Amino acid sequence: MRQAISLIVLLLLIALLWEGLKWIGGDPWRAKKNPFGLTHTPPLHFKVTSDLNLPHIWDIAAAFTNPARRNGPPLVGILLNAAIFTFREAIIGFIFGGLLGLILGILFAHSNLLERGCMPYVVASQTVPILAIAPMVIIWLKAGWVSVAVIAAYLTFFPVTINTLRGLRSPDPMALELMHSYAASRWAILWKLRFPAALPYIFTAFKISATASIVGSIIGELPSGIRDGLGGAILNFNQYYISGPSRLWATIIASAVVGIVFYLIITLIEAFSLRGRKALADNV
Amino acid sequence: MSVVALSNVNMTFNSSSANKTVALKEINLTIEPGEFISLIGPSGCGKSTLLRLVGDLIKPTAGDILVNGKSAHQARLDQDYGMVFQAPVLFEWRSIIKNVMLPLELRGYSRTDQQKRARELLALVELNGFENHYPWQLSGGMQQRAAIARALAIQPKLLLMDEPFGALDEMTREYMNLELHKIWQETQTTIIFVTHSIPEAVFLSTRIVVMSARPGEILHITNVDLPVPRGEHTREEAAYFETETEVREWLRAAKQK
Ligand SMILES: Nc1ncnc2c1ncn2[C@@H]1O[C@H](COP(=O)(O)OP(=O)(O)OP(=O)(O)O)[C@@H](O)[C@H]1O
Ligand SMILES: [Mg+2]
Repeated sequence: MRQAISLIVLLLLIALLWEGLKWIGGDPWRAKKNPFGLTHTPPLHFKVTSDLNLPHIWDIAAAFTNPARRNGPPLVGILLNAAIFTFREAIIGFIFGGLLGLILGILFAHSNLLERGCMPYVVASQTVPILAIAPMVIIWLKAGWVSVAVIAAYLTFFPVTINTLRGLRSPDPMALELMHSYAASRWAILWKLRFPAALPYIFTAFKISATASIVGSIIGELPSGIRDGLGGAILNFNQYYISGPSRLWATIIASAVVGIVFYLIITLIEAFSLRGRKALADNV
Repeated sequence: MSVVALSNVNMTFNSSSANKTVALKEINLTIEPGEFISLIGPSGCGKSTLLRLVGDLIKPTAGDILVNGKSAHQARLDQDYGMVFQAPVLFEWRSIIKNVMLPLELRGYSRTDQQKRARELLALVELNGFENHYPWQLSGGMQQRAAIARALAIQPKLLLMDEPFGALDEMTREYMNLELHKIWQETQTTIIFVTHSIPEAVFLSTRIVVMSARPGEILHITNVDLPVPRGEHTREEAAYFETETEVREWLRAAKQK
């Protein structure tokens, strides 16, 4: 609840700053269709705040409802379809990456040898820029949603691996001794102690990964020539930026919204899975 | 048959490295069924180590440990132990009743049996009504009582307690002592109890083992000849004060060694 309020306040502040800058140093402005001919000529003139670089918020809002092409459907419809398409790729990538991360984390937690042997490669994998990886994946797996999902998974698995490992190692040594005193099997210790103790850590990783998987999908769409998703839309409206800057901005907002929605879904699942725990009760 | 038989038990940590620690030296001790044994001694003398050796959480460098006539390892596999630590170590994601059910779950009891037994135990430690609370919603003393209920769940033949009331205030501690005494009487369990408090040791024990500073050795064993059941009145008996004085003197000697 508190988070939601602070988010709204933050968005309002950004909007205020945005229009404030345009008010001080943007292009001359005249309200359309108004009988009084209301006008405003900013005292200064910054390049970054011109209508081309930073369209008015109401122009961006209007761009959603206007058709993207002459006689075409409104932009919202196009963006909605694109968002759903990208979201689907991201979810598939997130699931693959998340599972891979969980499995690696569990393996590493049980074997120092494996951790020491493999962890450097896992870390190294993340230092290679995704922009270099993406075209390779597309060459190997052919362009299509599978390769996009793989790219999204590539960004997803790393935080999950690290946090799962940390979480599985987080239980108090006394809690482990307690389990040993009951002669609990490794398996029982994993499911009844280590995994529940790791859940808050894992959810933190899932939240990072959820947004990362959206970014991964958008980036993955670019070199694979997929035009149905948000990546395709960004590419498209980027080409026609001069004739309609607000359309690209609208697409950027749509991408952010998809990321936030995914994040919120994970937060809801987290709240359900961790109900009863103290840390959560303190947050509400 | 004795519940615990320790013969010539030695424990050295990091024996190969330069900073090796001789924690325990030549420990010999036999504990009979139904006894309440307190271990008392200066900090770092190896009380927790001794408890963990008996519980097969660590292995001795030398010597034999028999529990109910079996090796400590076999006794652990047979789930002969209940353990209570200085902290309650309740799992925060489980409600109180689910925490008490944990050892029963591990043993494969049916769901209904688990719940029935857990309710009985929570009644025994006077926590009925708190079944569905989470650990953080309970006070420290209540959490520790839940931990005791959990330790008793599988009717352990031997209860190992490492300073279970160390973190509680004096009033709560005295109350918990009464409770534990009652539980010990009702369940007839053999208990090994580590403490720093002389009054607590005298009130609860049948025998008090005084250990010397590191390397830990058994310095003296005091028999507590106070009638059971004990209660508030026990703390006013002459024999109670005599035993307290005796233990205090031995403890002073232990620290000076
Ligand atoms: N895992 C370990 N590795 C190395 N040394 C250890 C280990 N556990 C205990 N020791 C050492 O063994 C000695 C006895 O420790 P122990 O914890 O048994 O003392 P204690 O009597 O329980 O003390 P306290 O009353 O402070 O709890 C100490 O010197 C300690 O440093
Ligand atoms: Mg100790």
